[in-house]
Amino acid sequence: MPATPAPSTTAPPDGTASLGLSLRGVVKTFGALRAVDGLDLDVRAGTCLGLLGPNGAGKSTTMRLLTAQAVADEGTIEVLGFPVPEQSKQARAQMGVVPQQDNLDIELTVRQNLQVFARLYRLPRAGRNAAVERALEVAQLTGRADTRVDDLSGGMRRRLLIARALVHRPRLVLLDEPTVGLDPQVRQELWALVDALRSEGVTVLMSTHYIEEAERLADDVAVMSAGRVIAFGTPTALTVEHAGSRVLEVYGPPSRLLEVERVAAAAGLPTRRTGPAVAVLRAEAAPAAVTDALPDAVVRPSTLEDVFVLLTGEKVE
Amino acid sequence: MSAPVSSRTAPSRLRRIEPAALGAVVFREATMFRRYWRSTTFSSVVEPTIYLLAFGFGFGSLVARVAGYDYIDFVGTGIVATAVLFGSAFPGMFGTFIKRVFQKTYDAVLATPVDTEELVAAEALWIALRSGVLGVVPMLVAIAFGLQPSWGMLLVPLIGALTGFGFAAFGIWVSGIVPSIDSFGYVISAVVTPLFLVAGTFFPIDGLPGWASTAALLNPLYHCVELVRSAVFGFSLLTDLGHVAALAVFGVVMWLLAVRRLRARLVL
Ligand SMILES: Nc1ncnc2c1ncn2[C@@H]1O[C@H](COP(=O)(O)OP(=O)(O)OP(=O)(O)O)[C@@H](O)[C@H]1O
Ligand SMILES: [Mg+2]
Repeated sequence: MPATPAPSTTAPPDGTASLGLSLRGVVKTFGALRAVDGLDLDVRAGTCLGLLGPNGAGKSTTMRLLTAQAVADEGTIEVLGFPVPEQSKQARAQMGVVPQQDNLDIELTVRQNLQVFARLYRLPRAGRNAAVERALEVAQLTGRADTRVDDLSGGMRRRLLIARALVHRPRLVLLDEPTVGLDPQVRQELWALVDALRSEGVTVLMSTHYIEEAERLADDVAVMSAGRVIAFGTPTALTVEHAGSRVLEVYGPPSRLLEVERVAAAAGLPTRRTGPAVAVLRAEAAPAAVTDALPDAVVRPSTLEDVFVLLTGEKVE
Repeated sequence: MSAPVSSRTAPSRLRRIEPAALGAVVFREATMFRRYWRSTTFSSVVEPTIYLLAFGFGFGSLVARVAGYDYIDFVGTGIVATAVLFGSAFPGMFGTFIKRVFQKTYDAVLATPVDTEELVAAEALWIALRSGVLGVVPMLVAIAFGLQPSWGMLLVPLIGALTGFGFAAFGIWVSGIVPSIDSFGYVISAVVTPLFLVAGTFFPIDGLPGWASTAALLNPLYHCVELVRSAVFGFSLLTDLGHVAALAVFGVVMWLLAVRRLRARLVL
């Protein structure tokens, strides 16, 4: 059922696998709650996978499983060719993690934070200072290197959180909602950062609530809901597969919207609500009966957002 | 959060403890300490010094000699253990709890190639070194009040660090058990205070009722007190090796307990 590439059963345990990471049938429960519920997911080396899903879908839990900060009840996990949790330490040495919740040392300076991580990641003494300076540049905080993290703006802290995960030039980066709560300009800067990683061949797994972000950065998108992947593909392919190429959008009072939904349902076309509007998906396949009944409709290209809302029933930011 | 530990924790096969991992965690602590050494040092030094002066002058005026020592010699050496206990158990409890629960520092560390064993060992090691050094301070104060300096005193920081490792790990273990930071009060009243009072620091334990003096032998702090006195006034090899062994066993057991407990808390 999962629309993912074939599993790598022959990955050598030396970190040279062609898969950045892979999860097979992974289950993680918290008491009665199945936070991750039969998850199958692959990220090809050198690509960026966008993990889209509503609150509670299991995105952060998945990230924790990949660093062995959570241990799966069932299933197998492989990261950079290493089985996890058994050889997680080796995998962690080559990955960088940007957590959803900021855990910088706020009482230390920007530089000290990076120095600590340069050591945690075992950078040899000779290369440490250069690595810290490079990370400062990545975070655009060279001028603030001796500022306490406490005194940084939210955007600066986020840049530092990302730069901290890159100090050892990892081959795999996990980004858990890296741009949430940031203003559009800072978000653009972070996007440029992720772009740069991709062009260096780094594998990226990025969870996000922002469809725009996934469309802009991800080679592949996995839509996650209730602990499993419910759709997988390139943003374009996913959009076409689930929402067709065009959408008819009608704005109106609730009674009008109900009527539109009825017309679409009669023609077998999916719809979704967004506030004062209803969107009829797959409009390119709409019979004349539908288009005639909706003279007030606006035609627009379908988006990944249409797919997301259709599949998860969630509104998005 | 206190679900069964068995199937949900990482496989506990023996993994190598890498010195570089310990070094990195200790580096973080040392960097932090450069900011806070004043306040940390103040509280861990002043309190034992007050006990020393209070007992030394208050009690010392009533009894001239205890267990064959001048009282200032008796309490001036025993007080090292108090300073080590305060300097290790408290940072172990409070510091670890704050870093794990409030600052999420350990989540950040465990995302790097550092495992819980290493994290706990490094935290305990750092606290142990610190408490070993701090433990000497009240003894220096005692010297000002008449304790004779001796070469053996140079070994006191080592004895303090060995003791401090166990109590730091004890604190870390407790920090993984208590539901909230307020609960440490119970542990301090019910465990730490009795250990510190009945360790042979202020009065000899063989004056206690039979059962109590036997129980005091199980108090790791008692072994620290005895070792410090031996270092200052002269070793008796076999007995003192016994004390070292007791402290070493205490340290290892506490470290194992702390690792188990923190892993259950940190690895979901
Ligand atoms: N430590 C935990 N104990 C109990 N339940 C948990 C724990 N961590 C997560 N959960 C539950 O697991 C489910 C998945 O949580 P997770 O944080 O993975 O979701 P998410 O997709 O990251 O959501 P968000 O977009 O809000 O960050 C949620 O229902 C959450 O309440
Ligand atoms: Mg999350």
